[in-house]
Amino acid sequence: MNTTTTKYDFEALLHARGVQLPPSSIDTLQINITKLCNQACRHCHVDSSPARTEKMSREGVEKCLEILAAHAGIKNIDVTGGAPELHPDFDYLVERATALGKHVMVRHNLTVQLDPHPQTGESKEYLPEFFARHRCEVISSLPYYQEYFTDAQRGDGVFQKSIEAMRRLNAVGYGIEGSGLIFNLVYNPVGPYLPAAQATLEADYKRELQQKFGLTFNGLFTITNMPINRFKLHLMKSEQYESYMEKLLAAFNPAAAAGVMCRNIISVDHDGYIYDCDFNQMLGMHIDDAGRPASIFDFDFDRLLRRRIRFDSHCLGCTAGAGSSCGGATS
Amino acid sequence: MSNYYESKDLEKFGAIGKHAKPLADEFFKYYGMVTGQDGALTKREKALIALAISHSEKCPYCIDAYTTACLEAGANPEQMMEAVHVAAVMKAGITLVHGVQMQNHLQKMVL
Repeated sequence: MNTTTTKYDFEALLHARGVQLPPSSIDTLQINITKLCNQACRHCHVDSSPARTEKMSREGVEKCLEILAAHAGIKNIDVTGGAPELHPDFDYLVERATALGKHVMVRHNLTVQLDPHPQTGESKEYLPEFFARHRCEVISSLPYYQEYFTDAQRGDGVFQKSIEAMRRLNAVGYGIEGSGLIFNLVYNPVGPYLPAAQATLEADYKRELQQKFGLTFNGLFTITNMPINRFKLHLMKSEQYESYMEKLLAAFNPAAAAGVMCRNIISVDHDGYIYDCDFNQMLGMHIDDAGRPASIFDFDFDRLLRRRIRFDSHCLGCTAGAGSSCGGATS
Repeated sequence: MSNYYESKDLEKFGAIGKHAKPLADEFFKYYGMVTGQDGALTKREKALIALAISHSEKCPYCIDAYTTACLEAGANPEQMMEAVHVAAVMKAGITLVHGVQMQNHLQKMVL
């Protein structure tokens, strides 16, 4: 165990504060179906880019659908990536999952509607109509309501393309009151600092996007940057890793810890292995299942519900301040 | 030769309690009450005021701390830069308004 790990020992912190975090349910199956993305964001914990080739097999997709069909308690499927829409079986997965009566959430980066597929050149302009037809919940990253921060994090030109993509989602009813089509945005800081209060930022986003672009959306999720992979590398290079970890540690909030997402989701990688969350997935921290990595090909709901969630120093990112999860603040 | 200002020294702010702990405790309590929560002013408004003062008082520790605090309160770069301009224009105005004093005295000096 290295010094940094010892210094930021999350389990020891939980123990010292008397906080216990066992799984509470498995209501969401989060599937990372591909690492391929049309963007290469500077903070991306998946290290996604147009050069990545990892993707779930058709066999894996079928297995996920089988698990969803067999477990009524798993009500939600959260499809992520990369840009999940670039997976050849994305449409199939969504169609089948909705046919099973599941609530389908898609982590949609907006620009994928407008950029050609990095490998095939295929257009994805049909996505707003497709999402609406299957009543998917669309969840999209927009780091800020202004161009400067957005392009700094996600690449030049991303803000303007995102605005156009949002217009197209609004045009089919997403984020429009009374349509029932849910369109949520995700804010995350563009550097090593904590998000502002979710409600305050949501009000800012709603006002600014409406006034400047005539755009609407449902809710804003604030997410803290996790000190892993590409973002961690940036922190190390800019000599800010220690100060960021100290900030997360100082902001530890037991109330936020109680609501962490690993307590009610499981995360599946493109090979079918199962993890406590997408971050553990990216760190290769498999769930142990009787001495083997847990997998969708040997799925046991009850054993997973009894598992011990694996924690490490990056978990401080989910418990700092108001907390952070794929659904935003946790307290 | 060491520098007078080291960015790492900001982390030692709490050390002002050495030799005067009760006073430091009162100060930090007061500091937290004023800056740490919404009141008649929002946390963001207070952070922007503090950022402006950080510049007018030329405190590098405060500039670093309140640039971060402004971001964590959801302020945008335009708001932050405008706050610095408020500090700058106050400095300029304060300098210029003393020109009245100069002119008053000038009148006395001229026959």
